[in-house]
Amino acid sequence: MHRHTIAHRHCSVFTPSPKASRVVKKIICLSALASALLSIVTLTGCGKTSPSIKIGLNTELTGEMPAVGASSKNAADLFVSQINAAGGVKVGDQTLPLQLSLGDNGAKADQAAAVTQRLISQEGVVAMIGPNASACAIPASVIAESLKCPMISPWSTNPKTTIDAATGKPKTEVFRACFTDVFEAQVLAKFVLNNLHAKTAAILYDVSSEAPNGQANLFKKTFEENGGKIVGFETYTTGDRDFSAQLTKIKAANPQVLFLPAYYNDVPLITQQARRLGITAQFVGSDAWSTPELIKLGGADVEGAYFCNHYSNQIATPEATKFMADYQAKYGQAPDDVAALTYDAFGLLTEALKTAGKLDRQSIRDALSKISQFNGVTGTMKFQPPSGDPIKSAVMLQIKDGKFVWVANAQP
Amino acid sequence: MLSYLAQQSINALQLGSIYALIALGYSMVYGVLTMINFAHGDLFMLGAFACMILATLLPVHLPFVIILLLVMVLVGLLGTAIERFAYRPLRGGPRVSAIITALGCGLLIESLTLVKFPYAQSMPPLFNNTIHPFLGLTISTLQILIIGVAITLMIALDFLIRKTAYGIAMRAISFDARIVPLMGVPVNRVISMTFFIGAGLGGAAGMLYGMAYPVIAPLMGVLVGWKAFVAAVIGGIGSIRGAVLGGFILGAVEVMTVVFLPSTYRDLISYSLLLLILIFKPFGILGSPPNQKV
Repeated sequence: MHRHTIAHRHCSVFTPSPKASRVVKKIICLSALASALLSIVTLTGCGKTSPSIKIGLNTELTGEMPAVGASSKNAADLFVSQINAAGGVKVGDQTLPLQLSLGDNGAKADQAAAVTQRLISQEGVVAMIGPNASACAIPASVIAESLKCPMISPWSTNPKTTIDAATGKPKTEVFRACFTDVFEAQVLAKFVLNNLHAKTAAILYDVSSEAPNGQANLFKKTFEENGGKIVGFETYTTGDRDFSAQLTKIKAANPQVLFLPAYYNDVPLITQQARRLGITAQFVGSDAWSTPELIKLGGADVEGAYFCNHYSNQIATPEATKFMADYQAKYGQAPDDVAALTYDAFGLLTEALKTAGKLDRQSIRDALSKISQFNGVTGTMKFQPPSGDPIKSAVMLQIKDGKFVWVANAQP
Repeated sequence: MLSYLAQQSINALQLGSIYALIALGYSMVYGVLTMINFAHGDLFMLGAFACMILATLLPVHLPFVIILLLVMVLVGLLGTAIERFAYRPLRGGPRVSAIITALGCGLLIESLTLVKFPYAQSMPPLFNNTIHPFLGLTISTLQILIIGVAITLMIALDFLIRKTAYGIAMRAISFDARIVPLMGVPVNRVISMTFFIGAGLGGAAGMLYGMAYPVIAPLMGVLVGWKAFVAAVIGGIGSIRGAVLGGFILGAVEVMTVVFLPSTYRDLISYSLLLLILIFKPFGILGSPPNQKV
């Protein structure tokens, strides 16, 4: 009886009669032909869009740090809309509008590499802006270098982004709009020793992420070279939420300063757990703290902490003031440093486009490397060939009354 | 040194309690259905989000216990719904299909939450957390609460399993699922109850976790879910006491490796130790090999 039922079920309703199957086959053939025709039409139609300058934006729209991606995208949209409203960029004897090609790297290294590949090879962008997180920028830079496409990372401070790992020499195609961790470590170490008068420090950092890892090691080296003492050097992995074991160890060493080069989603948890365990050390952070989400998530525990940053919205250069006003008007919030640096990255690229005079990746790259003075939102910067790292200054900020307050400038 | 070790032990207890609560969900479901509910980590995440929503969106300020019960009921109902619509239709089929469905459910929950909450959210404090210095240690009310609630829930579950008719039915099903319906046990209802309780415990764990580490994100359940699954396996998958034991062992190992070794080695040493345990006891510490039917 069992077998009977199964066989009956297999004699499904869908066994068509001979005439019906011929009709079905005809319909399938016709629709396949129709879709083939349609795709040919649309593909050839694609080639007839008006010329524009295609720029790729590889950013962290989802994943561990979506606030960074959002800032970057906002600044990019603002820049492109402003330029296009003024008619476009003058390249040679044409004035062409900018066109943004957006890619989401999800704050993951493999996704960042895939997006870079897609933007450069398939979409054919003349240059790529981003990624922001060093963990994404480093693999992306390797691909941009091999595909010979200029890349400007707005926010990645890890030195490895612009240095070729195999030869130790600077990469030719990769630039950044910000200073590197080497400079930042010096700024931070000197600030802790000279301004905070602290001789002992402990560090808790994410060993599996490029930027915090690099910053922790560079800070340790620079701090000890200048006479300080690192009494605690603890690590965790991306995604960890419980730092009680590491912090209890740090508390036993009793440092004056606790250096936390972490992204904005980790800092609130670390500072809160540290305070709960009774750690009274002064918190000092890196430029990764600069996202305003950090204050929202961190609350009272991050109050009074210092960190190094790329710009302060209290520094009133004409470019900075105009940018902040425009950003505030368009998005209803003040821009953070990721936004400011992305805006500057686009500014640098536009300068190079004008100088190069043609939409050729090599000439754009050459023009970028020769920029001797660019007045951006984040200050004055210049490139010194063969390096892709700009020479520019940093600022030290403090979190006071729930806001980022400017404390000091640091020149290179 | 002694107070330092004692402090770390409290950290281990807290972490272990949370792992144990989640591991219980895995073990209970495996016991009755012989399948791993991979969506369990995401139910844990939903517990945290449910608590956040209840705490911020409701005009009345509810006491902690009420919110805990509400969260457990809500997540439990969702767990039951998942079982009813995703797992039950596949019950007679290949194991692989059920596992893939479980993964799919998990991804669905993550994606839906990501759409609504693309950014990490801050969990508001539900009560005034005070720090009590005690014999050189710093213990917070929250830590005591987490450990206390977890242990209470585990004792309640143990009572349920051993002393109630439902508990006997659940253990019977995990012993031999084919004979049990012949004994007049409403198998479907018992399985639904199992999912309700397992998911409820996972949701409670999520809420406690969210209170301990108040930055919650839609993907937070992935890593913790996997770790709790490892804990359940170490203790003996399918065994309730094993899940609790496994959870506390994992918490202790994770914290104590940081005490004695550089913290970079934490995951390496923790999971090597657990691997060693599995080499000597392949079915987990309290687990037993599946019965051979002759």
